[in-house]
Amino acid sequence: MFSSITTEMILAILPEISLLILAAIILVVDLVISEERKGLLAWLTALGLLVTIVLTLVFSTPNEDAQMVWGNMLRHDWLAFIFTLVFLVGAAITVLFSIGWENLGKRGEFYLLLLTSTMGMSLMASSADLIMLFLAIETASIPLYVMAGFITNDDRSAEAGFKYLLFGAMTTAIMLYGFSLLYGFAGTTNIYQLAGSALNGELPMIIVISTLLFVLAGFGFKVSMAPFHFWTPDVYEGAPTPVTGFLSTASKAAGFAIMVRFLLAAFPSNIPQWALVLALISTFSMTIGNTLALVQKNIKRMLAYSSIAHAGYILMGVAAASQLGLTSVMYYIIVYLFTNLAAFGIVVIFWRAVGSDQIEDYAGLSRRAPHLATAMLVAFLSLAGVPPMGGFFAKILVFAAAVQAELIWLAVIGVLNAIIGLYYYLIVLKVVYLYRSEDDDKPLPVSLPHTIALAVCIVAILVLGVAFGPWYDITSRAAAALF
Amino acid sequence: MLEIPYILSLIVFLPLVAGLVMLVLPSDRKKLIYRFALGTAALTFLLTILVYVGYDIQTAGYQFVEKYDWLPKLGISYSVAVDGISAPLVLLTGIVIFTGVIISQRIDDRPGQFFGFLFILATGVFGVFVAVDMFALFFFYEIAVFPMYLLIAIWGWKETREYAAMKLTLYLFIGSVIALVGGLAMYFNSGLNTFDMIALEGANFSADFQNFWFPFVFFGFAVLGGIWPFHNWSPDGHVAAPTAVSMFHAGVLMKLGAFAALRVGIMLLPIGAATHMWWIILLTLVNVVYGAYIAMVQTDLKYVIGFSSVSHMGLVVMGFATLNHDGFVGAGIQMVSHGVMTALFFAVVGMIYDQAHTRQISELGGVAKFMPFVTGAFIIGGLVSMGMPGFSGFIAEFPIFMGVWQAYPWIAIVAVISIVITASYIIRIVGAVFFGDLPKALEGHIHDVTFSEKLALGLLSLVLVGLGLFPSIMVPMVESGVDKVLALFGGA
Repeated sequence: MFSSITTEMILAILPEISLLILAAIILVVDLVISEERKGLLAWLTALGLLVTIVLTLVFSTPNEDAQMVWGNMLRHDWLAFIFTLVFLVGAAITVLFSIGWENLGKRGEFYLLLLTSTMGMSLMASSADLIMLFLAIETASIPLYVMAGFITNDDRSAEAGFKYLLFGAMTTAIMLYGFSLLYGFAGTTNIYQLAGSALNGELPMIIVISTLLFVLAGFGFKVSMAPFHFWTPDVYEGAPTPVTGFLSTASKAAGFAIMVRFLLAAFPSNIPQWALVLALISTFSMTIGNTLALVQKNIKRMLAYSSIAHAGYILMGVAAASQLGLTSVMYYIIVYLFTNLAAFGIVVIFWRAVGSDQIEDYAGLSRRAPHLATAMLVAFLSLAGVPPMGGFFAKILVFAAAVQAELIWLAVIGVLNAIIGLYYYLIVLKVVYLYRSEDDDKPLPVSLPHTIALAVCIVAILVLGVAFGPWYDITSRAAAALF
Repeated sequence: MLEIPYILSLIVFLPLVAGLVMLVLPSDRKKLIYRFALGTAALTFLLTILVYVGYDIQTAGYQFVEKYDWLPKLGISYSVAVDGISAPLVLLTGIVIFTGVIISQRIDDRPGQFFGFLFILATGVFGVFVAVDMFALFFFYEIAVFPMYLLIAIWGWKETREYAAMKLTLYLFIGSVIALVGGLAMYFNSGLNTFDMIALEGANFSADFQNFWFPFVFFGFAVLGGIWPFHNWSPDGHVAAPTAVSMFHAGVLMKLGAFAALRVGIMLLPIGAATHMWWIILLTLVNVVYGAYIAMVQTDLKYVIGFSSVSHMGLVVMGFATLNHDGFVGAGIQMVSHGVMTALFFAVVGMIYDQAHTRQISELGGVAKFMPFVTGAFIIGGLVSMGMPGFSGFIAEFPIFMGVWQAYPWIAIVAVISIVITASYIIRIVGAVFFGDLPKALEGHIHDVTFSEKLALGLLSLVLVGLGLFPSIMVPMVESGVDKVLALFGGA
């Protein structure tokens, strides 16, 4: 039976295979290594992820034409390839930020869960079949629930894990119901065959759209868009901060990966309808996220609401449903990956030194740690969309996509939201730069792995904001895989 | 003539690189940081002089052109050049950054970050003045906005800095993003797949398109030019900012708004400009007269200067709004004249405040006895402000009024009132602050300023007088730029 397995098929899932092997290695090493040397596990995981990234880049690069592999279960194309890299990079940086986190950094299970989740996400990005998609989503989600609640002796972490699980189970059930309806209507579970089925044309519009909404509930939960965003602030606040960073970047990106593939592959003839739905959701996400972020006192909650708002900006590109629109989505996700990981990384570093997540406690940071403050300046201004940071070009692209798709009202709403965003990001920077605290003179230690991770993020933010040519080429190639 | 390759890029990026270095220098090496900042500013100033002197008026058009692909798929290029209107503005920026650094010797709190942000701001400003690509223009424009926030919020006047900094930043950001939507609409509507503004000038946008989008783009930028009723951020911002930043802010940054409104708004959407200008000129009339009136009733010296900026910047936009040769030329000169004059005013106010620790006009007096040089410089600035012949203000304002007279005689008549009001508050300040008796509270507190501060004031005064006596050093250059603008309106 193995004769039917070709090299292409193996290479297509090379990242997943590599992750699986790495997970197994971690599991074994965790058992044999002595307690005091468990700090090595993180470095081993980071190294393994780096190797996986290199392997993926060298061997797993897709052809110009997409390939269906493994019995039409997976589609090996540029979209999946780029998203896989996003997840791998996100996981690697998360590992570095986890080092030294109490009850987390030295636990082999944690890295095992992280790797499993990353593998699930990678499969999500390439799934071309509803069943595969569902399995991939669950593979990615279940470890995340555990990771959010990993610090069992901390009530808030436990609450976060449980809340995340309940919301996740609920929306997944709705999504699964949507899948079953799709199968019932179309008679196939293959996403790419749904387009040619009864769904496009023969069935009444109302049925198609409501089925779509069921499915969107599941995807919307992953990307934390309104009205499926209620879990976000509590989970982000309660989960260990490195996990929050992972949730807000890789997990969100995975949600967008399946959303764009599913919508464009399965419902190409209903673009005007779902584009309008997404434009409205985008409006709500941006507005709710930004206005609620204004009043937050806890930086993790603030970033949680800001992540809801950013889901709204990204949805603007999805709603444009054009080549430029999907390119902007990809570009935004890559920028957001580095930006938000940097932001949460700073929160990690600060919490480890000071033990607080309150924004007011950031007072005097620019005197205590000028370089850390500069990194924060770069990350937050990138979130606000100010050049020369990557966030500026990403925002320009989504606004441009909206204007091109004649969604000028949406672009204007987006622009107004960007202003609210700037306001609360500046408030944080004001605390950092302007206010003083009694601890002004105490230096703030930053460990080596944190420095590496933060430096990678900051450099990436600046490169994405200035030398955008090559990145635009790559993202537009990924977007082209959808059409 | 000495020719330096890539001179415009050098002007744009030298401050950025130096600024980044200053950000990482250890903050206890204050002397070193200051010397480094001064050296960078002097070098930048020198380069801007070279550009100004090297600009060939006979050939006119864009010169010192540099163009590289940035993102060819979307038609974005890094494309810089100067023309007859922007070359003087580049020089202005050079002057203001140089004198601003000179008088910032006393910055004590984190000087590395202060100068670092100041130079990053300068990069943004230079970038906008030399950008020929619309994307690059927006890119640099927004770079210029955010260092402003930190500069005012951290080193500003304690009473109002947080409020003023946030207000200013939000106003400017709102303006720029609204203009951005208009810019994107132009990009897609043109179908040329390019952000190159020279190409977009020939895009032949339909009249409906131009009439719809012109107000977005024009007002988006004119907010930074201080147009009424969106001028409110400016006096607050000027007052709250530390001296060097006030100088930079009123002297250069407001020109950024006016310049971009001209470059992107009026030049790319000429039909829209022609349709809307009749009511925009009314707004600028409010700027000019009302701004001067409000300046007259202020009791805080810095607020007087702040509102006088609103009034004088109104004249710039009013000059643009005439859409005729004289108006444009006057506005072009006024940008430089007002920039230098305001920088001078704010420098003087800063010097007085540093010693007297008050800016209330009623609490000051008799400063002239102790600071004769400063008094002289202020009086020169005042004469420029009043539009006295022999000073640059006359060279600038006279053509503006001529242009307005040709287009809308009634507005010219009303606008001239502002000169009278300006004269009244300038004379009042000179009388109350510099002459008369020194109040008891200030005895022993007022000393003469240092040599380097005199040098800065002297340089600024020299420009004002030089331009007034020898208008030919700038007017023909601005005219060469204006001819090109007028060509877009189908005539010269």
